[in-house]
Amino acid sequence: MSLAEPPLAELHDAVVLAHGFPLLSGVELVVEPATLTVLVGANGAGKTSLLRLLGGLVALGAGRGTVLGVDLARGDRRQLRRRIGWLGHDGSFYDDLTVEENMTFAARALGRPIEDLAAVLALIGLAERRRTITKQLSAGQRRRLGLAWLLLRRPELWLLDEPYATLDDDGRNFFDELLAEVVARGATVVLSAHDPLRTTTLAPRTLVMVGGRITGERP
Amino acid sequence: MIRAALLVAAKDLRIERRSRVLLWQVVPFGVMALLICGLALGPARAGHTTAAPGLFYLVVVLVALLMVNRSQGVESSAGTRNSVATLGLDPAGIFLGKALALWVELALTAMVLLGGSVVVLHTALRGTLIALPSIVVILAALAGAGTLYGALTTGGTGPSTLLPVICLPAFAPLLIAGERSFSASLYGGALWEWWVIALVALAAYLALGILLYGVLEET
Repeated sequence: MSLAEPPLAELHDAVVLAHGFPLLSGVELVVEPATLTVLVGANGAGKTSLLRLLGGLVALGAGRGTVLGVDLARGDRRQLRRRIGWLGHDGSFYDDLTVEENMTFAARALGRPIEDLAAVLALIGLAERRRTITKQLSAGQRRRLGLAWLLLRRPELWLLDEPYATLDDDGRNFFDELLAEVVARGATVVLSAHDPLRTTTLAPRTLVMVGGRITGERP
Repeated sequence: MIRAALLVAAKDLRIERRSRVLLWQVVPFGVMALLICGLALGPARAGHTTAAPGLFYLVVVLVALLMVNRSQGVESSAGTRNSVATLGLDPAGIFLGKALALWVELALTAMVLLGGSVVVLHTALRGTLIALPSIVVILAALAGAGTLYGALTTGGTGPSTLLPVICLPAFAPLLIAGERSFSASLYGGALWEWWVIALVALAAYLALGILLYGVLEET
């Protein structure tokens, strides 16, 4: 008999405040390991705040929460952050460094071998742009660079804030395949989007957010 | 901590070398400020010489404000902040690295300003050379204080326009110690006492930064 695996993340009545204003107001969420969860909702619904809470990037104001075994109220959020990967919608790197310099900085900070860089950049389609200064990349290429940073890390939990926003059709297909592979390898992905994903590659669980809460699940 | 410090310092200096903000904006501003100080004092050479140490440090403080703002600015985008937070770098190392880079940039700028001081304000070259060790220490203390207080105005904890209001009270004692030691180098007086005071201030700001930078990041 095997014991059921505990949830990777669990939030109960989670509240996040910013200057007294509730960004999240009582979120109930359970995320199972090796799954893909999509948060959909309008601007200001709390998608980014929820992702940041899951990543330990913002403090839990009230309620209870555990992510990767770390108690969000009393645990060491710095340790949690080392185990997650973050892809923001407004860039995830230093604009005045080249693609290669950004990746090298991340690899050295994480203590990862920089020999992996070339393979990751080739996989992500940025091998030809390795010496390009990041601010000269297109929005889609910058998104790919953020992905390359994550691929270098291979985190346990991927938190992606509107990752499809600036990708063309090829980029979306590539991204779908990548996420499918990531989940198949055992990582967990939570991403935000304005609308449910139009994909045949993935089978996500889609949660609807309104006013800082999860109000329902879409089939 | 040292590994993180060197990594962050190298990254900040690389960004500065690439963007050339120091070369094309900060140094010209410092030189122009020094020239205007000379013009404001009028053509009397003796008056310039007496006021030179104070004017030099006044311009250094103004330049330091610009550079602290720039140093924190490269980290200020939400995406960059979140991504770098997931690298798990030691906050004390980040503080030391940013302070080290800022100190190098201040030292380069100060060299140009000292040359300007000799030419425009007619400070004695020998006295200026004697003042160099104390200037190096004062600049390091400015870098430490600036990095510590600069962190208060980034990360959404405060607007960058608050930076001068927060930093100037911390910079004022350093300006006094610097002016006194520079004057003592030029005209004789209590040189070593002021140098020791500067060293104590440097040690205090480094200790505070190492202890508090992580707390500032978290809040």
